[in-house]
Amino acid sequence: MAKEYKTIREIAGPLIFVEKTEPVGYNELVNITLPDGTSKRGQVLDTSNDVVVVQVFEGTGGLNKECGVRFTGETIKLPVSKDLLGRILSGSGEPLDGGPRIVPEDRLEITGAAINPYARLPPKEFIQTGISTIDGMNTLVRGQKLPIFSGSGLPHNEIALQIARQARVRGSGEQFAVVFAAMGITNEEAQYFMRDFERTGALERAVVFLNLADDPAVERLITPRLALTAAEYLAYEHDMHVLVILTDITNYCEALRQMGAAREEVPGRRGYPVYMYTDLASLYERAGVVKGRKGSVTQFSILSMPGDDITHPIPDLSGYITEGQIVISRELHRKGIYPPVNVLPSLSRLMNSGIGAARTREDHKAVSDQLYAAYAEGKDLRGLVAIVGKDALSDRDKKFLEFADMFEDRFVRQGVDENRDIETTLDIGWELLSALPEAQLTRIDNKYIQKYHPAHRAKEKKE
Amino acid sequence: MKTKGEIYRISGPVVIISGLNTKMYDVFKVGKEGLMGEVIGIEGDKSTVQVYEETSGIRPGEPVENTGMPLSVELGPGLLESIYDGIQRQLPVLKSSMGDFIQRGVTANGLSREKEWDFVPKVNKGDKVNPGDIIGTVQETQNIEHRIMVPPNISGTVDEIKSGKFKVDAVICTLAGGKELTMMQKWPVRKPRPVNKKLMPNTPLITGQRILDGLFPVAKGGTAAIPGPFGSGKTVTQQQLAKWSDTEIVVYIGCGERGNEMADVLSEFPELEDPKTGRPLMERTVLIANTSNMPVAAREASVYTGITIAEYYRDMGYDVSLMADSTSRWAEAMREISSRLEEMPGEEGYPAYLAARLSEFYERSGKVKALCGREGSITVIGAVSPPGGDFSEPVTQNTLRIVKVFWALDAKLAQRRHFPAINWLNSYSLYSKALEEWYSAKVSPEWVKLRKDPMELLQKEAELQEIVQLVGSDALPEDQQLTLEIARMIREYFLQQNAYHEVDTFCSMDKQYKLLKSITAWGNKAQNALEGGAAIEEIMKLKSKDDLAKVKFEKDFDSALSVITKRMEEEFAKLGGK
Ligand SMILES: Nc1ncnc2c1ncn2[C@@H]1O[C@H](COP(=O)(O)OP(=O)(O)OP(=O)(O)O)[C@@H](O)[C@H]1O
Ligand SMILES: [Mg+2]
Repeated sequence: MAKEYKTIREIAGPLIFVEKTEPVGYNELVNITLPDGTSKRGQVLDTSNDVVVVQVFEGTGGLNKECGVRFTGETIKLPVSKDLLGRILSGSGEPLDGGPRIVPEDRLEITGAAINPYARLPPKEFIQTGISTIDGMNTLVRGQKLPIFSGSGLPHNEIALQIARQARVRGSGEQFAVVFAAMGITNEEAQYFMRDFERTGALERAVVFLNLADDPAVERLITPRLALTAAEYLAYEHDMHVLVILTDITNYCEALRQMGAAREEVPGRRGYPVYMYTDLASLYERAGVVKGRKGSVTQFSILSMPGDDITHPIPDLSGYITEGQIVISRELHRKGIYPPVNVLPSLSRLMNSGIGAARTREDHKAVSDQLYAAYAEGKDLRGLVAIVGKDALSDRDKKFLEFADMFEDRFVRQGVDENRDIETTLDIGWELLSALPEAQLTRIDNKYIQKYHPAHRAKEKKE
Repeated sequence: MKTKGEIYRISGPVVIISGLNTKMYDVFKVGKEGLMGEVIGIEGDKSTVQVYEETSGIRPGEPVENTGMPLSVELGPGLLESIYDGIQRQLPVLKSSMGDFIQRGVTANGLSREKEWDFVPKVNKGDKVNPGDIIGTVQETQNIEHRIMVPPNISGTVDEIKSGKFKVDAVICTLAGGKELTMMQKWPVRKPRPVNKKLMPNTPLITGQRILDGLFPVAKGGTAAIPGPFGSGKTVTQQQLAKWSDTEIVVYIGCGERGNEMADVLSEFPELEDPKTGRPLMERTVLIANTSNMPVAAREASVYTGITIAEYYRDMGYDVSLMADSTSRWAEAMREISSRLEEMPGEEGYPAYLAARLSEFYERSGKVKALCGREGSITVIGAVSPPGGDFSEPVTQNTLRIVKVFWALDAKLAQRRHFPAINWLNSYSLYSKALEEWYSAKVSPEWVKLRKDPMELLQKEAELQEIVQLVGSDALPEDQQLTLEIARMIREYFLQQNAYHEVDTFCSMDKQYKLLKSITAWGNKAQNALEGGAAIEEIMKLKSKDDLAKVKFEKDFDSALSVITKRMEEEFAKLGGK
């Protein structure tokens, strides 16, 4: 057993400073024994012959200089086995469901090594979520990281759950699992997820990590890493297609900021650490498909934008790392539209490789581009109408204005359990576009207009 | 000199060592596993080393060893078609030695020591050779002749020169006095390679992208920056440039960006053809991939590794273009390391030397007369990722002070899927004038005038739009309504270009010229018709206008355009007017 030190020099926020130790490894796992016999865990952030800085995951409450500190000589690991499926664990990986400890097949380092870019396979398998604004215009593919950018009080949880329920790669009966990690969300929210998992039987295929609002903030720094380690294990060792839902990234970043402040670091933008980009990347980049391995890790995380501000450092840095974002709009929500996805600032960067004749339908890209352009124009006109009134619009403009309303009502709006296949989604798109003058469909090749435009289809039928 | 010491302190990628004297930029082997690192600061008997690999588990007291060498790259045949990490380790070699995930403590040579190359001598015994002189060639890929040069600091008389198949580290030439040359040379990445003299850039880099070639061209040997918020098209634009630019060599640096993007390039480039040579694009490309989750110190180094390789091909007399995506991640790597060092932070936490580092980097671009006497060039195109898309931040601002071309990406345009989302009102090129002569000779004497019209028109459109915002478009006089329509045609028919469209992804200068000329001609005829009394509704309805919208997608562009031109003549003739 490792030597115990009683040489805590200082306790500051979530950090303890330990002196007179033998050489201690960077990032090592630390066990701290409190005078009452309970214990806490921590991790080495800075190490030298003079002093070792440890961040304590369960918080430093109750710690004093009498505590015993043991350096375990190894970095933090997660015991893994296929039995993780169906389990509910705490934010630091302890069983919460009264079940037995995991009998490990392996113990994996939770920081996870970077996938060699040369070993990656470009993601291109279309995942049908059944939601038109996603499938039709911001297509998700296997191995992608595509977060939801939302705001407080918006129905991001419903959307995430609808996706977890409906997401399928068409024509494949492959093994599928969900890894869900809560970071600082309320107990009520967590219950909401758990109930849905239970109701639909998804829990059997899920691994759940819960760090709730009243759990220590520092723990949030390891929760997503545990979850991603479990996901990688299931994907790469057991050939499963894993959907990872991390919620809420914003709480994770707040914990990161708190740690930075405790260490008296030079802060970056709005007080967040200068390494936040790199740190977030070490989470988000753990999505992908690896050549020669069957499974995959897809991330669909939830991030609530402080003050609905997409330029806030948390959504901003995330957007720079993830492969797009699904943006939830308060305005649409107020109008009573579910799911209130604002397609304009939304984006899936991997869409182009996941769609087209071989994967969805040949006209997919063109329809999507045209819907974007037309909706953007219609929305602009709304602004104009507010100033000059509808009568000042030309006939052409009036059509675009109407289009924007219909688009929101028919394409964006759908039921919480409405699972639209991609053909239905595209056909709704065509129907809406057919209300515009055909000459305005400049984004669409003539051959697709001939083939899919309702006016021409009708003609075809008659003949 | 003593070369061994020990670790004193570890904090992330920053390790402080003690017990020996060091020089700045000495490369060290750190810890029992011998992780690579580089001295970036010295204070008393302690030196700060940035380590290029993950440092978890490393302890104080572990040994360190000075290699006595600065961080260098290996230059020679075999660079092309390679994919490296930020410190020139071959990623395929790392994969075969340590599997799909990047582990640490593994070294991999920049150039294969196994492969043999056919060396054809170009000098004879007794010839006097100077730095940079070409002593022989190797056919590196089907179209690229690799010119083996005397390293920059060596000269002498050829005593022996060989011919035949050799590995890169075999001696192929011996100079009088016994100096031996191989096909491979090493060069410290932070030191620019010398040239004979710098020349003025006067040839455009033809990119096949209409808004770039047409409105904001960059010269071969020039510098350009593409700033833009996330998702606005920096990477797509950079990749388009890497694919279609008419340079002979491309160095593409994925600096702190996504793994999947690099995987994409790797799967696509071997399949795509260089429009000029018809050979796979990969054969002219060197890739450097240090993704956002790979060690941050190696990210800092990746930009230097890339530019040094670019300089090496420039020295052979090639036109090289280098894309760095993203220079902001490079700057952030500097900031991360600097903050670990507890240096005095400058603006927004960036180190005070940010501006100097940026300008030193861009200064390594240029059109030159190389030591060997040939002309070569490096065009540097840097993506910039400003936080919140706000161009007033330090990396964007310091970059703008240096580069000559500014392609400003715009979130608004990207949101409405106007691609490339380059804002035509904010962007500029300071090369336009210098390139006029070339365009007049090579494209058409009309081109220079032709490309000015749309710029004026778009400017006018912006002014009219302000009025429309107040009164609605129907309240404008008819001639102004027409102006708006023609501007829209310029934007949608000419400027918009879909990188994913099989045909439209690349547009030759000839096609650009004809397309712009036809749109302009339509606009002129329409104005004449209006003045001659034709009704604006009739003009707007002309079929030839709709046809022009889609002609860029046609495989047989010329014949499609001639059909449209004919229709246009007929339609306007029917309308009457002057
Ligand atoms: N020329 C283009 N043609 C078609 N689509 C484009 C073009 N440029 C950009 N796009 C679209 O915009 C998306 C985002 O582009 P890109 O990935 O280049 O953004 P970025 O500026 O590099 O973002 P980040 O800073 O986050 O890396 C692409 O996935 C693509 O859908
Ligand atoms: Mg990018």
